[in-house]
Amino acid sequence: MKTQNHASFNPESLPGPHDITRTQLDNGITLLVRPNFNTLSVSIAGYLQAGSLYDPLEKLGLADFTASTLMRGTKKQDFQQIYENLESMGASLGVSCGAHTAGFGGKSLADDLPALLEILADVLKEPVFPPSHIERVRSQLLTGLNLRTQDTNEMAGMGFDKIAYAGHPYGNPSDGFIETVTAIKTEDLVNFHQVHYGPKEMVIAVAGAVKPDQALQLAKDKFGDWANSEQPEVFLVPGADPLEKTVRSHHVIEEKSQADIILGVVGPPRKAEEFYPALMGNSILGQFGMMGRIGESVRNKAGLAYYAYSSLSSGIGPGPWIVSAGVDPQNIEQALQLITEEIKKFVADPVTPEELQDVQSSYIGKLPLSLESNTGVAGALLIIERNQLGLDYFQQYEEFISGITPESILEASRKYLDPGKLAISTAGP
Amino acid sequence: MNMLKPIKTITLANGLQIKLKEIHTAPLISSWIWYRVGSRDEIPGRTGISHWVEHLQFKGTARFPADELEKAISRTGGVWNAFTYLDWTTFFETMPADKIDLAMELEADRMINSTYDPEEVESERTVVISERQGRENSPGFRLGEAVKSAAFRVHSYHHEIIGDLADLKSIQRDDLFQHYQTYYSPNNAVITMAGDFDKDDMLKRIKDLYEHIPANDEPPRVNRPEPPQRGEHRLKVEGPGETILGDVVYHTPPASDPDFFPLLILDSILSGPQGLNMFGGGGISNKTSRLYLKMVEKEEVVVNIHGGLPATIDPFLYSLNFIVHPSSTPDAAIKVLDEEIQRLQDTPPRQEEILRAAKQTRALFAYGGESITNQAFWLGFSEMFASYEWVTDYLENLEAVTPEDVQRAAQTYLIPQNRLVGFYYPQNKGNNKQ
Repeated sequence: MKTQNHASFNPESLPGPHDITRTQLDNGITLLVRPNFNTLSVSIAGYLQAGSLYDPLEKLGLADFTASTLMRGTKKQDFQQIYENLESMGASLGVSCGAHTAGFGGKSLADDLPALLEILADVLKEPVFPPSHIERVRSQLLTGLNLRTQDTNEMAGMGFDKIAYAGHPYGNPSDGFIETVTAIKTEDLVNFHQVHYGPKEMVIAVAGAVKPDQALQLAKDKFGDWANSEQPEVFLVPGADPLEKTVRSHHVIEEKSQADIILGVVGPPRKAEEFYPALMGNSILGQFGMMGRIGESVRNKAGLAYYAYSSLSSGIGPGPWIVSAGVDPQNIEQALQLITEEIKKFVADPVTPEELQDVQSSYIGKLPLSLESNTGVAGALLIIERNQLGLDYFQQYEEFISGITPESILEASRKYLDPGKLAISTAGP
Repeated sequence: MNMLKPIKTITLANGLQIKLKEIHTAPLISSWIWYRVGSRDEIPGRTGISHWVEHLQFKGTARFPADELEKAISRTGGVWNAFTYLDWTTFFETMPADKIDLAMELEADRMINSTYDPEEVESERTVVISERQGRENSPGFRLGEAVKSAAFRVHSYHHEIIGDLADLKSIQRDDLFQHYQTYYSPNNAVITMAGDFDKDDMLKRIKDLYEHIPANDEPPRVNRPEPPQRGEHRLKVEGPGETILGDVVYHTPPASDPDFFPLLILDSILSGPQGLNMFGGGGISNKTSRLYLKMVEKEEVVVNIHGGLPATIDPFLYSLNFIVHPSSTPDAAIKVLDEEIQRLQDTPPRQEEILRAAKQTRALFAYGGESITNQAFWLGFSEMFASYEWVTDYLENLEAVTPEDVQRAAQTYLIPQNRLVGFYYPQNKGNNKQ
């Protein structure tokens, strides 16, 4: 293993088997706890199998609408009481919706953890969906969808999904469309909750100033009795085929000063063997330093954009591997040409050993920083659990990263990032 | 607060102020350098120059060429960035503790040795213009810019930090270099560091790097106080969009004014807790704040509402931003807003509301304190407009506010004659269907 210029720190200072406690409750909930008594607070995070992939097509946005309405009132407390309890103790709690899962996250001062978990359990288990609040939430969601039509970045992103994920569930926006959100009825929300919210494959992570046995007792008290026999099997997302040739679209939004570009491909899932090579490669392509090779070309040399970078969003399924840039509308073609040239170079020749060494030491060195806050740790515990990475993931991490070679990056890039088969989406005037 | 103390403070012979705080919970160090220069120091024709200079500070020195620099920091897994604000400009690096020396050498070097290569200046001109264009895409930016420029006819808080397009096109390399030479000097700077170091060793290292840099003349300051506003101003901005936005601002005193803390409590009661976290910590929702309950929940005149009271050197603004509910109107929103403000002017808040605001602040400090970067940020932030004690005494000062103080602040500042009301009206509503 290399010992070159990356930072040195004790791997035992990172979360690992020595300080993470993982327990499964009888009803299927997995609890992960990592204490940190250097802090005064506790963060919680978690997810349930209730994401937007379970939405019927004519009611896209249902999972999102459901998650957004949970905190509007329960059998025990109304909207105002819920938030009065949270805000008066300086705590926060939110439920949101992704493609696969509905997620929750919150934090409080350490002493208030029991109260925070009590509220969480209440809103997840016994929401009542008060009709007046449904309409309020609906108008907020519709306002968000209206704002989306004005957002060049979001519209470019939707355009990309439409091309790259045509016919795939990832092609549908989690927040739906104006028509589909308008079509959702009270009973849809009630039913969605009744069917999809439950302990099956649910995960709760707790990080901060709490002892594992206390957290476990609290989780048992608040969630141990929860059961839902209606929960379906976990949604298995299919693979997505690459495009046969480059497809391009432009979405017109009038009177905008800046246009957004999103182009790219369907990337590897997290479990694919190409994941780490693609991750390192992506960093070289459009992240390392000031946005990698793409930033160097589009921002630094050509001065065309404030941001131009690449990102790889691998998860349970085949997430996107994209380049994003915000440019003067007149410079769209020039920026596209520069970006495409960089992608061509990237799949033509292996990255240099120096480039690889740079990103390897960067990824290893940034671990302590990404794990300094309780919220950062709770999020990391979820990633470990969701992708079954093992509790010693952070202790193994350096070895994963150090094992990547220029050749493995080239191989992964050629497999996914074909410059002749890009989805190119732009939005602007 | 105990969490914020103790620290080591020293001023070198050349005027450089230093604040150090040891925190040994993670192998990390966050290092900040603050310069007392921001958009407040700019005159028409030079707007945006402080922010542009901040960008050019990343373009390298003879010793640290731009490309090498960026890579050297990233290679360690550290993060670095910079911010230009109304009153200050700051640069920071948060790195693994055993790598921080690189960042320290770089900061000392670029205090005096940045090259301002003409080609880099031109390339960065288009980057900054592009940054401005990105902001202009947002109706909220367009409205905020119009409101601020109407609220400050005389004072340099008039213009946006990013600057006006005319100036971004006309400012030349030598203007930028002169701005840099005028304001980037040890006597106009504060270094703050928090993390896993020994403060005596660290102080010695800072002295090695900075003691030889001579002090400059005191930089000039724009001194054009804003005259009192006489009567309410209203304005309209029109443009693309789908929703009506509202921006109501009241002239407020500077952060060092005794009325600032009552106003912070007032803000917390009306529109929710803010806190002083720049990194991490997250926020606390504002759904039980008075304006949210009344305007969003009860009357449904707006879809959301947020307040803000920035801490500044000179008098600035308390602002309330909201999206008008599609089935309501701007006038209806203002009517409900005024009723709620009237209530606070007529009746002081309950003591519990003040204690609640203080508890929320305590929680926000606890969350923010988990980040070394945030700890080092706190050390310098309030030095820019008051002193570090402003942060350490923050909670105590909030707790000392009385219900009558809040009522008086509402009566003094939240009056129509002292405010500006702006609305953004979408013009092409419905033309951009997905």
